[in-house]
This record gives sequence, C-alpha cells and structure tokens, in this order.
Amino acid sequence: MSPAQPPARGPGTDPRAAAAPGVDAPPKRRNTELALLGFAVVITIAGQCIVDITVTDALSPELATFSAWFAAIWLVAHLVVRRIAPYADPLILPCVALLSGIGLAMIHRLDIAGDQIGSAASREDAPVQLLWATVGLALFIGVLLVVRDHRVLSRYAYTLALVGIALLALPALLPDSISEVNGAKIWIRVAGFSIQPGEFAKICMIVFFAAYLVDKRDVLALASRRVLGLELPRGRDLGPVLVAWALSILVLVFERDLGSSLLLFGIFVVMLYVATERVSWLVIGLGLFAVGATAAYRLFGHVQARVDVWLDPFAYRNGAGYQLVQSLFGLGTGGLFGAGLGGGRPDQVPVAKTDFIAAALGEELGLFGLVAIIVVYLLLVERGLRTSLIVRDGFGKLLAAGLAFGVAWQLFVVLGGVTGLLPLTGLTTPFVAYGGSSLVANFALVAVLVRISDAARRPAAPPAPAPPRLGDAPTEIVQR
Amino acid sequence: MNAPLRRVAISVLVLFTLLIVNVNYIQVWRSADLRADPGNTRVLSEEYDRQRGSIVVAGNEIAVSTRTDDALTYLRQYPQGELYAAVTGYYSLLYSSSGLERTENDVLTGSDPRLFGRRLADLFTGRDLTGGNVVLTLDPAAQQAGMEGLDGVTGAVVALEPSTGKVLALGSTPSYDPTLLSSHDPDAIRAYADELGAQDPDPRLNQATSEIYPPGSIFKVIVSAAALEDGYTPQTTVPAPDVLTLPGTETPLRNFGNSSCNGGADQSLIDALTISCNTAFAQLGIDLGEEKVRDMAEAFGMTDETTELPLEVTGSTMGEIESDAALGQASIGQRNVRMTPVQAALIAATVANGGTQMKPYLVDQIQAPDLTVEDQTEPEESGSPISAETADELTDMMVSVVENGSGRRAQIDGVEVAGKTGTAQTGNDTPDHNWFIGFAPADDPQIAVAVFVANGGGTGGDVSAPIAQRVMSAYLQAQGSD
Repeated sequence: MSPAQPPARGPGTDPRAAAAPGVDAPPKRRNTELALLGFAVVITIAGQCIVDITVTDALSPELATFSAWFAAIWLVAHLVVRRIAPYADPLILPCVALLSGIGLAMIHRLDIAGDQIGSAASREDAPVQLLWATVGLALFIGVLLVVRDHRVLSRYAYTLALVGIALLALPALLPDSISEVNGAKIWIRVAGFSIQPGEFAKICMIVFFAAYLVDKRDVLALASRRVLGLELPRGRDLGPVLVAWALSILVLVFERDLGSSLLLFGIFVVMLYVATERVSWLVIGLGLFAVGATAAYRLFGHVQARVDVWLDPFAYRNGAGYQLVQSLFGLGTGGLFGAGLGGGRPDQVPVAKTDFIAAALGEELGLFGLVAIIVVYLLLVERGLRTSLIVRDGFGKLLAAGLAFGVAWQLFVVLGGVTGLLPLTGLTTPFVAYGGSSLVANFALVAVLVRISDAARRPAAPPAPAPPRLGDAPTEIVQR
Repeated sequence: MNAPLRRVAISVLVLFTLLIVNVNYIQVWRSADLRADPGNTRVLSEEYDRQRGSIVVAGNEIAVSTRTDDALTYLRQYPQGELYAAVTGYYSLLYSSSGLERTENDVLTGSDPRLFGRRLADLFTGRDLTGGNVVLTLDPAAQQAGMEGLDGVTGAVVALEPSTGKVLALGSTPSYDPTLLSSHDPDAIRAYADELGAQDPDPRLNQATSEIYPPGSIFKVIVSAAALEDGYTPQTTVPAPDVLTLPGTETPLRNFGNSSCNGGADQSLIDALTISCNTAFAQLGIDLGEEKVRDMAEAFGMTDETTELPLEVTGSTMGEIESDAALGQASIGQRNVRMTPVQAALIAATVANGGTQMKPYLVDQIQAPDLTVEDQTEPEESGSPISAETADELTDMMVSVVENGSGRRAQIDGVEVAGKTGTAQTGNDTPDHNWFIGFAPADDPQIAVAVFVANGGGTGGDVSAPIAQRVMSAYLQAQGSD
C-alpha cells in the first residue's frame, strides 16, 4: 500500500514543480478512499446485525457470507480504481458504497418483516440485490477498463443516442404482458428477470446530450434575438430542445412513465443551460414543461390521478392515495429519531423496497437518519459537480455535470414524491432501492464519473519540450 | 461553463434543502397528527407490545390488559364490558380505539408527560415500559342502577356530584361488549362490528355525550332561571291560557294532552313549573325576550361548543330563533333547542350547587404502574349562571315538581328530591323523547342526575323519573352505608 501522501517527489525530481512552485501534483487520496470505504462497510454490517437482532433476536447464518461479500466488492472496486484511475475523486466511491449498503440493510430488514405479525411472507431479496451489486461492480470495472479516456465517448455520441432511444422505446413497442407492471410500460420481463431499460437509456442520453451540446454550444449560445430583455435563440436553433421535449412526451404517452419523462427533460434543459450559459434556455425549458404538464394533466387520467393524490392524499387514503398516506404515516411515526432498524413497520407501505424505500428509512432511522442519507447524496452530487468544474475539456464538463445533476434530480423527484412534496412518479431511489437495472446502471454512471474525476485531478501531462527557437538552434552542418 | 455550473451546484443545494425542510415538516411538525391518525396502525401494533394501563372504578379494573401467547402480546379486556362501554370505549386492532381508550391513550401507553420520570426510570432499569392507570370518578352503585333502569330502551344516564363536577354515572343504551371488539381475532372482531352496525341505533354511539336531542320541558328550568334573575319570584303570576296562538302566526301552542293549566287563568311561576305548563312558559319566554333566555342557556353551558370530560361532549345549543313564535316554542325546549344528557345533568348540578357550575370530569387520578398517584384532578368552577338566591328559589320550584307535579315518581322515601320532567316531541310520527333531571337531597345535594329515554313513548315523569330515582337512591344508599 502506498502512503497517504503521493510518493516523495521532491522539487528536484519533479520538473513541473520546479517550473511552477506551489503547483504540486494533487494528492491521490486513495488511502482516504479506502478508509472511508471501510467505514461504509462497517456501517452496513452493523445495520445488518441490528436488523437481525431486533427482528429475530439472532444473527442470521448468512451474515458472515454477506459481510465478506459486500466488503470484497468494495475492496475490488477500490483496487481497480487505485490501479487504473488513481486520481479519481476519493469521496465518490465511499458515498455509493454507503448508500448501497444502507439500501441492502433496509431490503434485508423488509425481507424478514414476515416474522412480524400481519405481514406478507418473507422473501429473499437482499441476496439478489447483492448479486446485482456484484454485476454492477463488474460493469463498473468494465467501463473503467474500456473507457481509458472519457473523451472517447463523444465519438460514439450518435450511436449511444440511438441505443438510448431504442432502449426507451423498446418497452413501448413490446406487448403489455412483457412490459407493463402496475400501469407503467417501462419493463422488459424475460425468463424471470425484469429489466428497466430506461435506467440505461438515461446514461446513453446524457452522453449524447454532452457531446451534442459541446458541438453546438456556440451556435446555441451566440445567435440570438433580444426580446423583452431576454436573449432568445433563433427559431431554427430550438430544434434540439423541442426534440428532447417531444421525446419526453412520447415516453409519457406510450409508457405512462411520468418519472423518466421528467428526469430526461430536466437533465437536458440543465445541460443546455450549462453549455450555453444562457438563462433563456431555462425559461424556454420551463415554458415547455408548463405546456407539457398542463396538457398531460388535461389529457391523461393517470397524470390527473397522481396530481389529485398529491394535492390531498388523505382524501384518497383508502384508494389511490394509500401508498403515499402509509408512507407519510411511516415518516411521521418515525419522528426525530426513528423506530430504530427493525423497530418500525415499514412493510406496511406497499412496494417499500423499491419506490418507497426512503419512507422505510425515514421511519426506522428517523429524521436524523433520513437527512444524513440526503446529505450523503448531496456530497456525491457536489463531488460530481466539482469534477465538472475542474475537468479541462468541455465534453467532460458537460458529461460530469449531466451525470451528477441526473442523480440529484432523480433523488429530488423520488424523495419529493414519497414525502408528498411532488406528485408521485415512480422513479427508483438511486443506489438504495431494490432493483437490478437501477443499481447496475447507476454503477456504470459512477464509473464514468470516476473516470472523468480521474482525468480532472490528474496532473496535466508534462508539456512536450518546446521546439527550440530557430535562433537558438546550433547550426548544423550537413555534410554531403 | 463554470459560472452556470456553480449556479447548478447551488440549485442542487436548494433542491436538497427543500427535501430536508419538507422531511422536517412531516417528521417533526406533523408527526403527532400522523401518529394519532386512526388509519395509522403502526402505533397500535407497537402499543400491543407493552402492558397498557388499566381503567379503574372504585378499585376495580374495568379495562385491563392481560398477557397472552400470541404475537400481539397483550389482550385488552373489559370485565364488566356492557356496564361501562360508554366510558371505556374499545381498543381494537381493526377499528382503532374510542372512548377513554382513545382520549387517555397517552396515559395508558405511558407516553404522557406526567409519567415522564417514570418512563425514564424504566428505561434505565431495563424494566418493560408499562402504561399508567386511569382512575375514574364513577360510582359503581349509581352506574349499575342507571344501566339497569335503561335496560331494553335507547337512552342515557348521567350523574354528577354537584359540589365537584365528578361524573358519578355515565351510561348509554343499547350497550355492547368492548371485549369482543378488542380481541386479537380479526374475523371475530369484524363479525361483531357488523352485528353492531346492523342495530338501530348502533350501540357504539354514545347517547350520553355524542347525541343531541330536543330537551322538551326540562328547558323550562333555564327559562325559569332567566325569569327569576329578571326579578320574577316563584309566586309571580304569569298568563297561562289553555291555548296560546304564537305571535305572528295562526299556530296554536297547547299543553300536554290538550289539558288546561289553571282553567285559563293566570298562574304562579312555581305552579306553572310544577305542572309543566307549556303556554305559560312559551309566553314567559316571549316576554323575557330572546336575549335573556339565550344568555341564560349559554351561561349554563349551551354554547354549541364541544367540551371534554375528557370524553368529547357534543355542544348543546338553543339553536336559531327566527321569530317570537320560534322563541315561544324554544322556551318549552322544542324548535331548534338541542341538548346532550351530559348538559342536562349539568343544569341540575348547577342549580343543586347554589348556582355555581363545576366543570364535569371523569378522570380522578392518573396513577403510575405501581399505583402511586401522579396526577389528581382538582374540581374547577366553570361559571355562575345564577345567584345563590335564584338557585334556592329554583330548588323550591323543582322540589314542588317532584312533590306535587309531573315528577312524583322520582320521590325517595325520607329524602327531599328536586327535579323536572321533559317530554319532547320528535317532529315526526315517532314517540316522544322522555327526560328527567333532578338532584337529591334537595337541602344538601349529593347527586344530580339526568335520564334520557329516546322515543320512550310515555312522559318524562312516567318513563325517566323512576330511573333517575333508582340512580339517586342507589347512590345515597351506598354513600350512607359507607
């Protein structure tokens, strides 16, 4: 193991340090990452123990295997990062480990809720989720290995866009029997596996947006007319935002998936704003959103139902609002300190493991626990945005910003829905909620973020020795 | 691109702040409401893990939790279920809770602030958390007599100790067995609830506290009080025609059974009350004017506001008075006048206590699990609607009702009883409601009582007075033998 500080590289040996005093190679902080990962693993294992002891009065026999496996995943992830992305941001991985660990503990806790009265039979979802985390890790390593330089991704932007749209459209085209669960056509269910292709589509689309916007930013930013004190883009430049908007609407119409629709459009508008530095795009985006939202509310029963429940969940407490009301009961009962892991009844909220896992966490860990988890997300997102700030190339900046904002936006929409701040949409809580597609896709997302942060913090390659000025060059006598 | 990036970072901060503020709002600000919501079964199932405190009447537990072997550790039982159902309510898996089980929940679960020190000690000594006991003011003899008297009818009985406001009896019929609603077998609970729901009225309705009825002639006590305070004396004569045509209408107002009060001649106030002369009181009310009658009714507590025993008591009211004709009808307790039996008992108790009204209360003590007293309710005055002099005069008039008038069947051997009967028309073809309010002994009142029988079919004197008599004599006897 290397020491916390980068290998001694005295001023005498580092040519750049000599050239620019004070600009040292940034510390890699890999040991910080390792320590924090250890911390995340310890918290996770402690969570599992508390769950077991509280609910069943005994540690489950699988605990040792589980702990070792979980620790191994993150050790491997750490070693891979240490080897092939040594300058990566040291906080990203531990945040993800902690979130997925807390998620696993809560899923395990809901698994054994069957031992409590009046609950459904127990299931074994936590091991499955651990398996998915392992698959996610494999993808994480795969992405880091294949994508040695994130700028390569921009070459495949249009391919990825096609893949993304195909993934988005696939469930809509498949028969309901394969693609519909609880009214939303966002699944592909084959041979006992359910895949939500939208989660992968999200990443593909963000890569495409980044590449496209970097390419077109000058046109989008500069050509404009001034109307009412606002720099408005030319009509023909509205194309891309209209296409993104139309895509979101199509997702909404054909897949009845409010969440993905809102997610994609939000990310696109923010990336457009970052690329062009023009507030007018935000205004246009909001305007289009308002139009779309109003139309959707007028036209679609399922959107209307969601909004009605959001406005007054208690009026629909035994019908459409049941989930949300149960979620609020759970949160309210949890109060400041929560019922303690295993001490509450989060199983009373339908689909607690997926859509409503935040309610389960709020009930058992209380306000303090839930806010702590939100802060971990905040940390993760702000590290992503910081990466975006310091990375040198425009594509990397936009990509990191898109990915980081994507996580933030998704969390806001999900948690806002579960706590009644926004209408319920049906997105998953990233890293925490049960669900293979979401977990695996988000691991890939993190891999890209880690890759960019590695590039951002890696010292610039020593500049190639400047070609000697002509006058300084010794005259060379060419002998014939 | 760094400037917009910084703004995005700040926006993310704002979004997350919104989330955190909202979570605070739900988990702190609304926490108590959400916990207490009847649809929230979490708190209930958590509560089943702890021994709930008992509800105690005269040293006997009328609601008690016993340990079982099933998953819900403690079972709630009511040894004299039907007798006290109107007070205890039930504590149900499926239907939440009602009655004192609901209002005193914090004490019974042990989470009441008054038990805080106790709870802290439990936490440190590792003892299982247990709830506190709620000791009631009820008197078993009075309660028993009242519920026996109401057997087979729909009605209510409320008895108060005039000098303190202690509730001595509070019963509602038809009654039910809360034990059956509090079992751990959901199917059995549901079956019993369906059975109760099919009855008319549903026995879970509390006739004593939740239902309001036209009081009929017992309201004449209020009108009499207003007259006495206005300078009338019991001997003041008032017009008592055989038929009173209500002012501004053609509507004739008659006496009970078309009888004559005094052959059409004027009559003294005390005689008019004794025989419950409708025409005399209708005219008296009109002469006094709406303001004086309404002020007196409100001073006695008929303010249309919900009160707490801590059982919730629906507000009684004189209602809307549209005209003098309406005032005439209201003055004999008809029209829009509505009263709970608790309010009726409170009127009798106030007169009995020399015009000073004591706030009625059901919970005498809060005890810690080891029976040490953590809180003792002190009697509290809630107003003085009439002077002591008026109260004395009113007492004389009400004694006359029992001795010479419509309330004879409330007489107790060797005890002077004061009272007033009420027979209220129900407006449709159903039989009249029958009321009696009274207190005894008239010179040193120990108990004030109100008895209500819905659609009793007779008069207040026939139907309700004997029940009130049973309650008062049972109580006085039990007190005397102590």
